[in-house]
Amino acid sequence: MTGLLSDVGLLAGRSVRRTFRQPALVVPTIVFPLFLLAVNASGLASATKIPGFPTHSYLDFAITVPFMQGALFASTTAGTEIANDIETGFLNRLQLTPLRGTAILTGQMAGAVLLAFVGALIYLAVGLIAGVSIATGVGGALVLLVLAVLIAVGFAAIGALLATRTGSSQAVQGMFPLIFVLFFLSSMSMPRNLIGVDWFRTVATWNPISYLVEGLRSLVIAGWDGAALAKGFGAALAITVLASLAAAASLKTRMART
Amino acid sequence: MTALASTLHVAAALMRRSAKYTFKNPALLVPSLLFPLIFLIGFAGGLSSVGDVPGFSFPSGYTAFQFVFVFLQSAAFGGVFNGFGIAMDFESGFARRIMLAAPHRFGMIVGYLGSSLVRYAVTGTFVTVAALIGGMQVDGSAVDLVGLVGLGLIVNIAATLWAAGLAMRARTVQAGPAMQIPIFLILFLAPVYVPLDLLQGWIEGVASWNPVTAIVEAGRGFISGQPAHVALAFGCGAALAAVLMAWAVTGLRRAEREV
Repeated sequence: MTGLLSDVGLLAGRSVRRTFRQPALVVPTIVFPLFLLAVNASGLASATKIPGFPTHSYLDFAITVPFMQGALFASTTAGTEIANDIETGFLNRLQLTPLRGTAILTGQMAGAVLLAFVGALIYLAVGLIAGVSIATGVGGALVLLVLAVLIAVGFAAIGALLATRTGSSQAVQGMFPLIFVLFFLSSMSMPRNLIGVDWFRTVATWNPISYLVEGLRSLVIAGWDGAALAKGFGAALAITVLASLAAAASLKTRMART
Repeated sequence: MTALASTLHVAAALMRRSAKYTFKNPALLVPSLLFPLIFLIGFAGGLSSVGDVPGFSFPSGYTAFQFVFVFLQSAAFGGVFNGFGIAMDFESGFARRIMLAAPHRFGMIVGYLGSSLVRYAVTGTFVTVAALIGGMQVDGSAVDLVGLVGLGLIVNIAATLWAAGLAMRARTVQAGPAMQIPIFLILFLAPVYVPLDLLQGWIEGVASWNPVTAIVEAGRGFISGQPAHVALAFGCGAALAAVLMAWAVTGLRRAEREV
């Protein structure tokens, strides 16, 4: 067990250093979601006048979106880094060591997940400074961070899966629009019951991302909502477990082939 | 061969090559088709109830309201994506060879503009068909729609010149984010979700001074058959294009000196 942790630690350290040494990766991950939050919170402020809208502040409603965008960036960051290691032959060299597949995957995702966590802290701090009030208080803010990190782990695992399946950083980047579509086809910008287009509402209801967003959002605008949190944590856990298992299986196949 | 003929010769060759490269390379073509579609679905579908906000009275409905923004956005990003190709040409050394061969290098800018217009035509048609399939209501006349296409054309030209100027200065694909981000910012600092008079807070002030606001509002006027701010919109677009033409030409001159 100590050996496994040590292996993971070595790879995680490398992954963290590699991620945080790239300003071109770090800065957009932090700044871009905050810019969109600023634009949307102001541009869609009048949406709170729609009858039945759950809050009087669109900023409170939208503050969870940056956390989701941070998770989206985690998927491409983790995927691209792993794919780069496959392309450059680093993974082949790792096979000559006693490192196990789980250690490789967990370690490789560390940089992306830590970046998502740092991003989440900044989004929360900026949101609070801008006037977001969290209905569940300090405890809710902590749960929000935990759920945000769990979501980031799940998406990083999806990135890892794409990387181990394709072995190409270009292919991982190319999948970005598809994941992006899933974000748009959710209740990210409007509560599900207020989505006017029927097919969109149906897709949003089937889309697990809606439940991730709603779990995070419930902590900010609704107070302690057990059902929303259970669905949010359940969806995040399911994505994490399924994507990690699939990525591990895919890595095993790739390592056997090499 | 006269100077004009020589310029056009270079432009036609570059335009053909660039267009062929784009359409033979799905990794370049698909994102420029997919992203506007995602925005159209996300905005017109997911936010359709914003059309019910008190005071929102766009006659052609929320899909048409959002379509205009997405259409202009796709025109702008057609130019930006073309900028990636220009940067790649410099990175790969192709631009150096064409500079050696071309007697009138301004033809390079004209050629890149031409290939960008081809891209605009394809993505614009794609987004329009998608919006019509999605039930978009068009109340403008044929003349109004020509006005909308004209606005898209100016936006496409301005964005291409911006990206070309930057690509010729940086001469690396790594300049991609620097090409995209200012375009993204200026577009999203316009009235994206609701008309200008329904905006609140800081964005209302910023959008009032943003030249893209006039272009977006004129486009919405065209599609609803109630043209507004037309002269201002075309004036802003033409001014932007003129300034960015100077930016692109000075970028070309710098590349000539340094490559």
